[in-house]
Amino acid sequence: MNQQRPNGNAIEIESLVKVYKGAVRALDGIDLVVPAGSVFGLLGPNGAGKTTAVKIASTLSFPTSGTIRVAGIDVVAHPRQVREAIGVVGQVSGVDVNLNGRENLRLQGLIRSIHGRELKQRVNELLEQFGLADSAKRVARNYSGGMQRRLDIATALVHRPQVLFLDEPTTGLDPEVRTEMWQEIERLTHEEGLTILLTTHYLEEADRLAAKLAILDRGKVVATGSPEELKQELEGDTIHVELREDAPDGTIRVALENVKGIRRLDHDVRCLRARVEHGATAIPLVLQALESKGLAVDSVSVSRPSLDDVYMRYTGREFARADEEGARQQSPAGEEKR
Amino acid sequence: MKELLSHSLTMTDRDLRRLARQPWWIVVTLVQPVIWLLLFGPLFKGIANIPGFHAHSYIQFLTPGVVIMTAFFSGGWNGMATIDDLNRGVVDRLLVSPLRRSAFFIGHVLQTSVSIIIQAAIIVVLAYAMGAHFANGALGLLVLFTAAVLLGGSLNAVSNGLALIFRREETLIATLNVFMLPLTFLSSAFMQQNLIPHWMQVGARFNPLNWAVQASRSAISSGTDWGSVGTHLGLLAGLLVVCMAFATRTIHTYQSSV
Ligand SMILES: Nc1ncnc2c1ncn2[C@@H]1O[C@H](COP(=O)(O)OP(=O)(O)O)[C@@H](O)[C@H]1O
Ligand SMILES: [Mg+2]
Repeated sequence: MNQQRPNGNAIEIESLVKVYKGAVRALDGIDLVVPAGSVFGLLGPNGAGKTTAVKIASTLSFPTSGTIRVAGIDVVAHPRQVREAIGVVGQVSGVDVNLNGRENLRLQGLIRSIHGRELKQRVNELLEQFGLADSAKRVARNYSGGMQRRLDIATALVHRPQVLFLDEPTTGLDPEVRTEMWQEIERLTHEEGLTILLTTHYLEEADRLAAKLAILDRGKVVATGSPEELKQELEGDTIHVELREDAPDGTIRVALENVKGIRRLDHDVRCLRARVEHGATAIPLVLQALESKGLAVDSVSVSRPSLDDVYMRYTGREFARADEEGARQQSPAGEEKR
Repeated sequence: MKELLSHSLTMTDRDLRRLARQPWWIVVTLVQPVIWLLLFGPLFKGIANIPGFHAHSYIQFLTPGVVIMTAFFSGGWNGMATIDDLNRGVVDRLLVSPLRRSAFFIGHVLQTSVSIIIQAAIIVVLAYAMGAHFANGALGLLVLFTAAVLLGGSLNAVSNGLALIFRREETLIATLNVFMLPLTFLSSAFMQQNLIPHWMQVGARFNPLNWAVQASRSAISSGTDWGSVGTHLGLLAGLLVVCMAFATRTIHTYQSSV
């Protein structure tokens, strides 16, 4: 099953646009190339369009325009063949809670025409691998969140797909369970050569798992590269300052205008990030400049560039804020979120 | 064809396992028909004496009506389970697999058929104990069960299709009520055709629920009009095909909206 594409790309997306009814432009012309055999991260705040991209690439939803090939096959022209080649773990679990673990796995196998001894063997193998052998006969409704997620992934692997889609696989999991899940995902690519398209709104998750990633913001890809490459583009350190109160328009920029060594400044009314050559030297200067304009500082920190800085650099917004905002915008129309 | 069958049976198997894990469900759905039998039977006994009423006894007359009504609702409410599947991501998971689209609905229809046969059997036994007679023996009962399954299956397909279109419990319940209730009133399930108002008789002619009641009532009574039984069963079979075609199309509608 794991045949390699001639050009080594597992997923190719060109100019993908998705407009939902009500004129929501969820994807605004994205281009993505996912090389085979590694984890590709699609990082973006809530509402960026990650799930939409996964739904379209996995043949669930239809693109408004653009072309998408998965395992070399056009998803619109030949959805059926694409479905044979992929495994999908949606943002909402696809586990049938009325069935037990074994039955869930068997169901997926039978749909894919795997029968008899072969199916039995594969099911046992997966139960073992995902630590579910002891709970195989328990109805999935009674599984813990972590167990359900593991079962979810296992059911997507029954037919040994070439490409696995994981839409926010660790959202809602406890930190320890999340770490376990990360190890499992790493194992899948390293040992089984699986291509994984993983979406996440956790910066550390993208940083740790993704060999390459694309940052998605408001339906557009704003940056692509390996986490290292993206961070290296931002030389030096980042100074992060939280103010005690919202600053009047423009004062932050005016205050820091003449501070030496600031390469780039991003801010909103309450917090700012300054890219500087050397953090330790710049901090006192920055603090002084702010205080002199009457801007009281609540906290200050210095760090090596993170993906958060990368995100801010390309979007001018702080990731966490964009994420909260996105969540807020989506929840009133709550039903749409599937 | 082999794949379609295998996929359908896989889906049926899934549904039956779910059902087997909540066996109280079958009891719950039998409460209403049993009340009809136990209450209406004795209550309306006198109806059998109305001039122009042909059946041997009211219970005899009532039984096919109750079986068909039960099948009707059993199939009709089946979409609720699909709403649950939608909310849990189960439908999406199935749709991104090579599952044959019609198998999704055939599976549900087969599962409903099994429940309907179980329910019908219980009702028939109960009615027999209460003094109903079944003419034409096994053949009569076969017609009764077939009519129930064809009607319940049609409703099942429509209900599951509507679930994919509306995706919300409240909307589905409202819509199902709007078209299921009139059908139950415009039928001869509880009252003989020629004894209900004329306009209702006209409406009943186009009512699938009534086709099923007419066919099965005639088949278990003496002096069966087999021609009419055959026509009604044929109409019901046609209805099932139409409903299946409708349901299968709703998958595209669903995929266009997610
Ligand atoms: N079925 C839908 N109908 C209408 N709008 C939708 C639908 N699904 C998602 N959206 C909208 O598309 C945008 C992107 O959503 P989504 O892809 O779920 O983002 P993410 O997965 O990155 O959080 C959001 O504005 C969301 O409200
Ligand atoms: Mg999402």
